[in-house]
Amino acid sequence: MVRLITHNLLACHAKGCTTNNFPLKLTDVKLALREADFNPDFLRGFLPRVEWDALIQASREIGDTSLPVERPEMLDDDLLRQLHHVLLEIHIDEGSMTCPNCGHVYPISNGIPNMLLAEHEIW
Amino acid sequence: MIPTPDLSHLTKNDYERVYEPAEDTFVLLDALEADADAIRALAPRLCLEIGSGTGVISTFLAQIIGTSDSFFLCTDINPHAATCTARTGSQNKVPVEPLVASLARPLTSRLGHAVDILVFNPPYVPTYDEEVDAAQRSVGISGSWAGGADGMQVTDAFLRQVDGLLSPQGRFYLVTVKQNNVPRVQEFMLKDFSLQSEIVLQRRAGREYLFVLRFVRSSNLVHTA
Repeated sequence: MVRLITHNLLACHAKGCTTNNFPLKLTDVKLALREADFNPDFLRGFLPRVEWDALIQASREIGDTSLPVERPEMLDDDLLRQLHHVLLEIHIDEGSMTCPNCGHVYPISNGIPNMLLAEHEIW
Repeated sequence: MIPTPDLSHLTKNDYERVYEPAEDTFVLLDALEADADAIRALAPRLCLEIGSGTGVISTFLAQIIGTSDSFFLCTDINPHAATCTARTGSQNKVPVEPLVASLARPLTSRLGHAVDILVFNPPYVPTYDEEVDAAQRSVGISGSWAGGADGMQVTDAFLRQVDGLLSPQGRFYLVTVKQNNVPRVQEFMLKDFSLQSEIVLQRRAGREYLFVLRFVRSSNLVHTA
């Protein structure tokens, strides 16, 4: 079920929408918390792929303020555990993701984002 | 040996809407299992499967790598397939994350050279070209097999995105059949993208002759003893 780790990788891909198309704005979310196995090696390895500012924005949009606004240089155990929680344990079961550029809305339903576009919106 | 993921939660009803695992699925599972040590040695952090269907392949991949050691992202154009992928993940206690999407379209801008293991069992059956468009548009089960001329229409569209997605150490596993003209696929990927490939497994299954290809960057050739 969709979590912020996935949201951090999704950009709008509607026809002609190539700038300011990320991150998608999260609204009307229904959340569920589900525990996941804590794996610091995975987090350290995955973190270079994360856009920090987008993660901060998204986590605040869904009401979590545990992460520091600036990307931290050192990853201590506390921070890794917070990251683990924000990236992997908060599930978005329902909600909307809106492109900040073109306004296209991608719905999340039953935990699955629908990223399909109508025919005339495909590049 | 790694057991095949439990699919007992899927019903006949599901298989009317989602491709049921068949020989082409099993040949890919076998190829991944044969490469298990090498895949684990890469410490892959991001795995992406295109057209995940039931989700059996990504679930199996997660069991090979370790469910918390990597992130398992799946796309399928068929919404019911995305649901089945999620259900297969939970049935096997594997956190696979499905998206309803065509190929990797919403991911390409963020996943530049970021995917460590990329997997695609595409619609490879030769059909009329018009059939492919209709099948993909229907976002139903026919999209899982109708492949157009040479069975390559959907695969060709994706092959052009592989270079952009694959990480420096990344591997791309692709299922093909003889009619897809395997040497042409290999030559195209080498010439246009410097992606070197090998047939890692081939098997006759009824009327189909199946091949699993593994692509890597030419700078990162796989040395086999």
